[in-house]
Amino acid sequence: MDLSLSTRTVGDRTVVEVGGEIDVYTAPKLREQLVELVNDGSFHLVVDMEGVDFLDSTGLGVLVGGLKRVRAHEGSLRLVCNQERILKIFRITGLTKVFPIHTSVDEAVAATD
Amino acid sequence: MATVELRFSAVPGHVRTARLVAASVARKAGVDEAVLDEVRLAVGEACTRAVGLHQSSGISAPVRVLLIEEEKQFSIEVGDEAPRAVPGGTTHGAHEDADVEAEEDEMGLAVISGLVDDLEVTAGEHGGQIRMSWPTTPPVAVP
Repeated sequence: MDLSLSTRTVGDRTVVEVGGEIDVYTAPKLREQLVELVNDGSFHLVVDMEGVDFLDSTGLGVLVGGLKRVRAHEGSLRLVCNQERILKIFRITGLTKVFPIHTSVDEAVAATD
Repeated sequence: MATVELRFSAVPGHVRTARLVAASVARKAGVDEAVLDEVRLAVGEACTRAVGLHQSSGISAPVRVLLIEEEKQFSIEVGDEAPRAVPGGTTHGAHEDADVEAEEDEMGLAVISGLVDDLEVTAGEHGGQIRMSWPTTPPVAVP
């Protein structure tokens, strides 16, 4: 399965809904999307990963890059994920300490800090 | 010992193919269903790393994946042909991007070592290899 991306605005947050597989082949598309959003002035992002079937270290790298970009504008990047197999990758790389991970988009949108 | 060998051009689009083939052979070999996700991720990371090494070293040779079904375990070997600097030897291919590449390389390896208990990473002048193994449950013999 390829990567699918869609964005919507909820209040001052931009929700990026990601579906499919994020790997070395598809990660550049996600990177482009995040860069474009930040360039257009969206600094508070919620990346909804509920539809993601596969995530590897290339995908993690893109998310870390996105976080770095929004932080440069005092923004935020929150993740929505309930899938154990995806969460495991964040845990073994220690990135659970870097990203706020929420169980629902509503929760992520409502979160302040 | 049954082996499936896969060779693919060092382009990102083929890494998914390698993941699918590896997961399929692992399932057939008797690797526990719960572990298949880890096999898929680990082989993907190893192949991504090999593709990156081939591309950055300008190597046109394919990346090689061996899927080895043994009596009580299933092993995957991912081999690349990118030469590494050997301590005391001549340094090949050193350039300014080396640090960035080394970081990406480490991220992939960090994921692999977090996932796989039985892991062996070797590298030398003629390339490197990652060997990963998982235990298998042999199929119950039909009387």
